[in-house]
Amino acid sequence: MITGIDVNAVRQRFPVLQRKVKNGRNLVYLDNAATSQKPDTVIAALTNYYESFNANIHRGIHTLAEEATAAYEATRDTAQHFINAAHREEIVFTSGVTEGINLVAATWGRKNIKAGDEIIISAMEHHSNIVPWQMLCEEKGALLKVIPVNDAGELIWEDFEKLISDKTKLISIVHISNALGTINPVKEIIATAHQHDIKVLVDGAQSSLHTTIDVQDMDCDFFVFSGHKVYGPTGVGVLYGKKELLENMPPYMGGGEMIKEVSFEKTTYNELPYKFEAGTPNIGDTVAFKAALDFVTETGRDQIAIHEDGLLTYAQEQLSGINSMRFIGTAKEKAGVVSFLIDGIHPQDIGILLDNYGIAVRTGHHCAQPLMHRFGIPGTVRASFAAYTSKEEIDALVSGLQKAIKLLK
Amino acid sequence: MTTAEIENEIVEEFELFENWEDKYEYIIDMGKKLLPLEAEHKDDDHKIKGCQSSVWLVGEKIGDNIIYRADSDAIIVKGLISLLIRVLSGKTPAEIIDSKLDFINRIGLTSHLAQTRSNGLLSMVKQMKHYALAYQLKEQTQ
Repeated sequence: MITGIDVNAVRQRFPVLQRKVKNGRNLVYLDNAATSQKPDTVIAALTNYYESFNANIHRGIHTLAEEATAAYEATRDTAQHFINAAHREEIVFTSGVTEGINLVAATWGRKNIKAGDEIIISAMEHHSNIVPWQMLCEEKGALLKVIPVNDAGELIWEDFEKLISDKTKLISIVHISNALGTINPVKEIIATAHQHDIKVLVDGAQSSLHTTIDVQDMDCDFFVFSGHKVYGPTGVGVLYGKKELLENMPPYMGGGEMIKEVSFEKTTYNELPYKFEAGTPNIGDTVAFKAALDFVTETGRDQIAIHEDGLLTYAQEQLSGINSMRFIGTAKEKAGVVSFLIDGIHPQDIGILLDNYGIAVRTGHHCAQPLMHRFGIPGTVRASFAAYTSKEEIDALVSGLQKAIKLLK
Repeated sequence: MTTAEIENEIVEEFELFENWEDKYEYIIDMGKKLLPLEAEHKDDDHKIKGCQSSVWLVGEKIGDNIIYRADSDAIIVKGLISLLIRVLSGKTPAEIIDSKLDFINRIGLTSHLAQTRSNGLLSMVKQMKHYALAYQLKEQTQ
């Protein structure tokens, strides 16, 4: 028995988990690193917003506008506490991690990165934490450096230290790898970076789902995460930035909301966080996002982490009994993800057959092609867990996998 | 046989399968039996874009007909392409262009045509028809 939470009670809260998929099979959803499913309270909050108080926010003086504004801003407070930010205006709503990183690259990056400067990322980054920096480096004539990973899928610390120079301005690093599950020592990276006056952005796309986030304790300069990975709606996310950094950054997009006064001669910008929230934001999804963060807090983040760690250990034990099993990513510190290959079988073949057994996994490069090249593989099969994942689902995966291998060999 | 007749023949064969596992076992078997493509053809020029697995396709005009050969590093994809080859290879460009290829739906493999990045069957069909169109254009301009 894996302890931590009452998984059956949690599962009851997720309507989609009750459905049947191909060949009349029960859905076994193990693609949580791509997106998590939504609890009843999130779905109800989204419906309730459109049924009861849909209005544009911050300007209207009528009842609906007041209610919508209050609900939208309540999510900001909840998000602030969720990551333990010091100030509510340090929470900037974005469409997700990708926009958050692009925002920092386009504003802080454009202002602070000069020709010859250096930005450090790691070999296990998702494309959205590679491409914005490549674009910035190309524009500025700066250099992108990459921390290599070892065969277990861990950062090589000695190499990281060697990459730091007096030209390094920023380190942008994933907290937990979506492809391998490796938990990176971000606190140590940040402490080292700050000794050299280097800013650090932490990509929390996966970690926001699996661990407790405390941006003050971590002392990161920027932290980004997406709503849809933490049981919330798609299209909403958070960029956290230290207040003094955000204040000194130019705006990202121009338009309504982000302005204080506009004349054709000059526009003065609004204060934080509105300076970075141009135009009508994604109000409905942001309002419902609060219910997702509340769900995590009420279920208990430590409890969810214990549950997922139990699942991870159990899954690795059970899967290691399968012939020709090769785990990709065997870091000592891991969370939420099992990535593997079966020798002689293409991951896609396994994915197609598992799908027919009702099991949803991800196959392919997981938007981390450089990492796949590092391991010399086209991709992996990835099973990833959430609060509602049950031990029985791991058993279904193992049994489905055994049947798939039998069909394929 | 016409392409329509071959399609019907495949549909009849698939009707014999009692469950999806038998169906996939057959496709996998077809994949294993497909003759491998020579290494020299496994290049970017012959690679089909839009597939999660690597798929290479060669279409050569011999006489009036196009002969297709293909390969993949994934076995189910290889099985699917071998079914397409069975229907289309050895046919004239006009026959290939006009072929309906609705057997894919009729044998219950519609999901393989889905517009997701991981599914390359649609790209394979397109690429096979492209070859036919290109050869037909070449004929008309000669």
